Amino acid sequence: MLVARRIASEPGIRDASAVMATEANRKALAGMGYGDDGHDQDFAAAGPNDLVLAIEGETAAIDSVIARADCYFARGSGPAAGVDVAPEPRSIAQALAERPDCSVAVISVPGEHAAREARAALAAGLHVFIFSSNVSVEDERALKSEARDCGLVVMGPDCGTAYLGGAGIGFANAVRRGPIGIVAASGTGMQEFASLVHRAGSGISSGIGTGSRDLTDAIGGVSTMAGLDALEADPSTRVIALVSKPAGVATTDALAQRIARCAKPVVACLLGADSGDSDALRSVSSIDEAVCSALRAVGANEPAFLQIDERRMRERAQSETEKMHPQQHYVRGLFAGGTLCYQAQAIFRRARLRVYSNSPLLGMPELADPCVSRDSAFVDMGAETFVHGRPHPMIDATERRLRLGQEGSDPSVGVILLDFILGAIASPDPTGDLLDRIREVRDAARASGRHLCVAASVCGTEDDRQSLQRQVRALEDAGVLVFASSAQAAIFAREAALLLARGGGCA
Amino acid sequence: MSITLVDLVRGDPSPVFVNVGVRDFGESLRDAGYEVVFVDWSPPAGGDARLAALLDDLL
Repeated sequence: MLVARRIASEPGIRDASAVMATEANRKALAGMGYGDDGHDQDFAAAGPNDLVLAIEGETAAIDSVIARADCYFARGSGPAAGVDVAPEPRSIAQALAERPDCSVAVISVPGEHAAREARAALAAGLHVFIFSSNVSVEDERALKSEARDCGLVVMGPDCGTAYLGGAGIGFANAVRRGPIGIVAASGTGMQEFASLVHRAGSGISSGIGTGSRDLTDAIGGVSTMAGLDALEADPSTRVIALVSKPAGVATTDALAQRIARCAKPVVACLLGADSGDSDALRSVSSIDEAVCSALRAVGANEPAFLQIDERRMRERAQSETEKMHPQQHYVRGLFAGGTLCYQAQAIFRRARLRVYSNSPLLGMPELADPCVSRDSAFVDMGAETFVHGRPHPMIDATERRLRLGQEGSDPSVGVILLDFILGAIASPDPTGDLLDRIREVRDAARASGRHLCVAASVCGTEDDRQSLQRQVRALEDAGVLVFASSAQAAIFAREAALLLARGGGCA
Repeated sequence: MSITLVDLVRGDPSPVFVNVGVRDFGESLRDAGYEVVFVDWSPPAGGDARLAALLDDLL
C-alpha cells in the first residue's frame, strides 16, 4: 500500500496498485483493463510470489517510475547506528524467563505455526489471544480443552478483538469503561457493538473474543462459556451481550441452559438465526438491537441515532434508485468486517432477497468464484482467499481498491455497500485509502449514463486515532451516503435492492 | 498459580502481554500503557511445521 501510494503521488500518475500476482488479483486487475490483451508476457507469466506494479498515467511518467522502481521500495529509517538494543527473547519460554508475571500471549504468526505457539503459551500458564486464522478445527478443539482444564482461555483462532479490563487487544476501538460485557465470536462484531455502546454514552466492562468457530458443535462453545463465567463473576459487569453466528444444534442447547442460569441478563445476538430457530434461545436480529437491549438492561436511554425510520430509509433509497439506468439491478457489498458481511446478509434474507457471498449465510447462495461477483453479492474481503499471506483489508485496502474498481465498472450494479473500520492497528486513514477510487468509479459511471450510489458505515468512535467525525465527513464530501451503523447501511441497501428488483431504475 | 480470566476481566492485576508475531499488536498495547514482551519470532525448523512438531516431541 505504501509503495502504491508513493508511486501514485508522482506527477502524471493517475493510479497505482502494488499487489502479488495471485489469481484473485490477476482477475481484479484484468477487470480494470490491465494486461488483458495477453501481450504483456511478464504479466502473463507472473505467479503468486511475483509482485505486480499496475500503473495508470502518462507514458513518460510511467517510464520514469519504472526506471526508478527500486527507490519506491526503500524502507524508512531504522534504529540509529551505534544504539544498543537488547536482543528480544526468541520464544515464549524465554519471554517468561525474563518476565514471569506475563499473563496473556497475543499470537499473530502464520496459521500453520499458531497452534504450536499457543500450546507453548498454555504450558507456561498464559491465557491466549490468537489472531491467526488457518488453524485446524482439531488443533482448536485440543487447545481449548487444554485451556479449560488449566483454568485458562483461548480467544481465537481468528479472533480480532478483545477487551480485558481496560486493555483493548487487536483491532480494538477507543471506548469508555462501563457496565456492559461482551462475548463475541470474531472481531468486527465486537467492535461495532462496543463503538455503538460508547457513542450511546455507555461503556464496556470487558470483551472476550472466542473465534469464529467456537459455537460450532465441533468446538462446543468452550471459550464462550469461559467468557460468560468470567463476566458473570465480574462485579462491574451488569449485562452481557453475546454476538456470534448461530450456534450448532447441540451447542445451542448447552448455551441456552447456561444463559438461563446466568445471574445477569444476557442479550443474545446470533446473526442469521431466525426467530423460531430455537425456543430455548431467543436472539435479537442485529447488533443495533443488541446495543439497545443492553442499554435498556442497564437503565440507559436508547440513543436517537439507533432509531431506524423505515419510511425515511425507503425515501432515501427511492431518491437514489430513480436516478439509475434500467440496466442497474444489483447491490454489491465489499466488507472489511466478516461479521458485518454476515449481518447484511441476514438483513437481506429477512426481506427474502437473495444475495451471493463468499461467506454465505444459511440459505444464501455461495459465489462460485469469490473473485467474481454475480447478481447482488456481499463479499467478505477478510476471508482466507483474500488474506492468505497478505494483510487484512482493515490494515491494507489494496485488495478492496481493486475489487471496487471491478464492481464499479459493472453496468448492472446500482449500489455499492462499504464498511470502514477504525481503531488500533487499522489503517491510519481507512476512508482516505478508498476515496479516490470511489470518486473514479462514480465519475466513470456518470460518464456512461449511470448513477452509482455508494453507501457506507464507519465503525469506530471519536476517540479513535482516525476520528469518526473526520472519516464520516470525508466520505460525505465524496458523495457517499453514510449511515450510523452497518445494520442501517444494509437496511438502506435492502430498500434499494427491493426497488431495483421491481425495476426502480428509470433514468 | 496462573492469573484467572476473572482477574483479567477485573483488570487486577494489570495484564502483562507476550507478543508473538505481528509487532503492531504488541505496540498498540504498549502505546496504551501496558507492559509487553516482544518475542523475536521466526518459523521453527526453517518453516517446516511437520519437522517442528517432530522436534517438539523429541525435546
